[in-house]
Amino acid sequence: MAKQTLYDKLWQQHVVHCAGDGTALIYIDRHLVHEVTSPQAFEGLHLAGRRPWRAASVLAVPDHNVPTTTDSAGIDDPVSRLQVTTLEQNCNHFGITEFGMGDPRQGIVHVIGPEQGVTLPGMTIVCGDSHTSTHGAFGALAFGIGTSEVEHVLATQCLRQRKSKNMRVLLQGELRPLVGAKDVALALIGEIGTAGGTGYALEFAGPAVEAMSMEARMTLCNMAIEGGARAGMIAVDQTTIDYLRGRPFAPASERWELAVANWRELRSDPDAVFDREVALDVSSIAPQVTWGTSPEMVTDIDGAVPDPARQADAGKRESMELALKYMGLEAGTPIKDIALDLVFIGSCTNSRIEDLRAAAEVVKGRKVATSIKQALVVPGSGLVKRQAEAEGLHQVFIDAGFEWRNPGCSMCLAMNADRLQPGERCASTSNRNFEGRQGQGGRTHLVSPAVAAAAAIAGRFDDARVA
Amino acid sequence: MDAFTTLRGLVLPLDRANVDTDAIIPKQYLKSIKRTGFGPTLFDEWRYLDHGEPGMDHGKRPLNPDFVLNQERYQGAQILLARANFGCGSSREHAPWALLDYGIRCLIAPSFADIFYNNCFKNGMLPVVLDEGAVDDLFAQVEAQPGYQLKVDLPAQRIVRADGAVIGFDIEAGRKHSLVNGLDDIALTLEQTELIREYESKRKTEAPWLFGGEAG
Ligand code: SF4
Repeated sequence: MAKQTLYDKLWQQHVVHCAGDGTALIYIDRHLVHEVTSPQAFEGLHLAGRRPWRAASVLAVPDHNVPTTTDSAGIDDPVSRLQVTTLEQNCNHFGITEFGMGDPRQGIVHVIGPEQGVTLPGMTIVCGDSHTSTHGAFGALAFGIGTSEVEHVLATQCLRQRKSKNMRVLLQGELRPLVGAKDVALALIGEIGTAGGTGYALEFAGPAVEAMSMEARMTLCNMAIEGGARAGMIAVDQTTIDYLRGRPFAPASERWELAVANWRELRSDPDAVFDREVALDVSSIAPQVTWGTSPEMVTDIDGAVPDPARQADAGKRESMELALKYMGLEAGTPIKDIALDLVFIGSCTNSRIEDLRAAAEVVKGRKVATSIKQALVVPGSGLVKRQAEAEGLHQVFIDAGFEWRNPGCSMCLAMNADRLQPGERCASTSNRNFEGRQGQGGRTHLVSPAVAAAAAIAGRFDDARVA
Repeated sequence: MDAFTTLRGLVLPLDRANVDTDAIIPKQYLKSIKRTGFGPTLFDEWRYLDHGEPGMDHGKRPLNPDFVLNQERYQGAQILLARANFGCGSSREHAPWALLDYGIRCLIAPSFADIFYNNCFKNGMLPVVLDEGAVDDLFAQVEAQPGYQLKVDLPAQRIVRADGAVIGFDIEAGRKHSLVNGLDDIALTLEQTELIREYESKRKTEAPWLFGGEAG
């Protein structure tokens, strides 16, 4: 048999039927649902008189709209509230498990899936959310879908898909101190571009990946979509298995043993052929900061805002000019001279316990600069919050002048009350720096938790290594 | 879903690469629980001079005269001509819903983001990929000639330019079939119910842990 990649194996295991035109009906093991992309799908089921094919495969959670202020009794915005209550009603009606607001397990859908062991190796996992690629860190085939497909999966447990091409990103070398998975992801996107992975399923491999914790791997896979790849994935190893052991939804006892034996096969065959290979030596990567309105507009923290005049390609030059105008930046400005108004530590990219530890490490014993209007820490889930509090991290943040919030997507996309005002500049650990992403006219610089924390202290970008 | 066969329509040129879903429909409008009504807020931040919120009377808001969508000559456009990587970013189907609600049935670009591309088909919209050169030519023609129309012929897989030149395009057979016939994907898949059940029972034996719940 031909040598297979991890993606080939996952794909093959889930084919229900090949249509003959290059598409296949594939079976979906796990369906994660949130309030923003599901109401129209549930409405479709109602209208057609259909029921979910396998309600037990679905886990729902409100995250995009939920308020993160601790004193809030509920959602003030009636439109947001309706969306959240609609999810609750739909879940009740169709017998779907939901971690509602107030449930200590509530949080960002991509944080709670792995945390609960709802995400397991070998699964196909979908969610009406592009950052579903996160779950690929567990040797799963996980990708974002649109609302029509949410309805399709609810009704049939399947999706019609065309197989992607295989791409391997080989990460060699050892990360420098205070450089993390976020920096690797940004550096990679800077290299391949935001459309570099379009049409590919991406596998991250190599010694640098093997050395990463599960949380770092999730950060890496989370950003695969920003490189244009719907799915990013990593082979199963001992780190994966150790992470999952004992999680509430993970298999137990004999089933666990059976599962683990099976999961160990979830890696690319040694001489499997990839359609495209990219190699990156991570030991050369410095902390990254984006300067534009696309994740590929990124440079080293020691670098400077690039000059569009030096870009030969007319189209790219124009995008750069537009981006600099929107960002209110001059070509040639050293990154470290950029002063910030806000700092946001959170999102499905960087809101797990290790992210909070990395930020707290930098913050410890220091104060947020007086020029910073607001510095937010938004844990990815209720359980992350609890863990951070048990470790005293919340006190480190609060003492420094950060606000310690409740879990949710928050200022990653500003659907709740947390948002930038026009012209405000934010160092953010989220994944998208598109125009208006964090609030209309807001200016986003994507960074790692350590860089965000250092920026809060210095009031501008500062090298976390010397902070 | 509405069928898509042929379309002759006015072309709206959006000369920007990497147009993301946040630009197509900003997040404040995603709170709606409906599929329709997103047209007036398509490209909201580029289109209006003020900040938009759900519930506003968008007809009364100040328009940005520089934005192409607001120019008289492009009113009533049904075909959007765009640049590379159109629709990148989130999976929100609100993006195609907004385009459709505005009146766009067909999009032409050198490339589309995967999820967006897929979402178009689910809504009876046709995204057409043409090479950069062909797209450049179309931009030049559209700008040079007010009232520029294209004829899109899906069954024949071709686009006929105003000057009569014909450009062929590729599309997957299955997608074309569904679009031309306006077929409901779910009903089609449910025709395979037995195969799905068979797969499921085989899988339950091979990998029972996939079917367990909490502490399974
Ligand atoms: S944290 Fe941001 S990127 Fe992640 S799911 Fe929420 S809104 Fe999407």
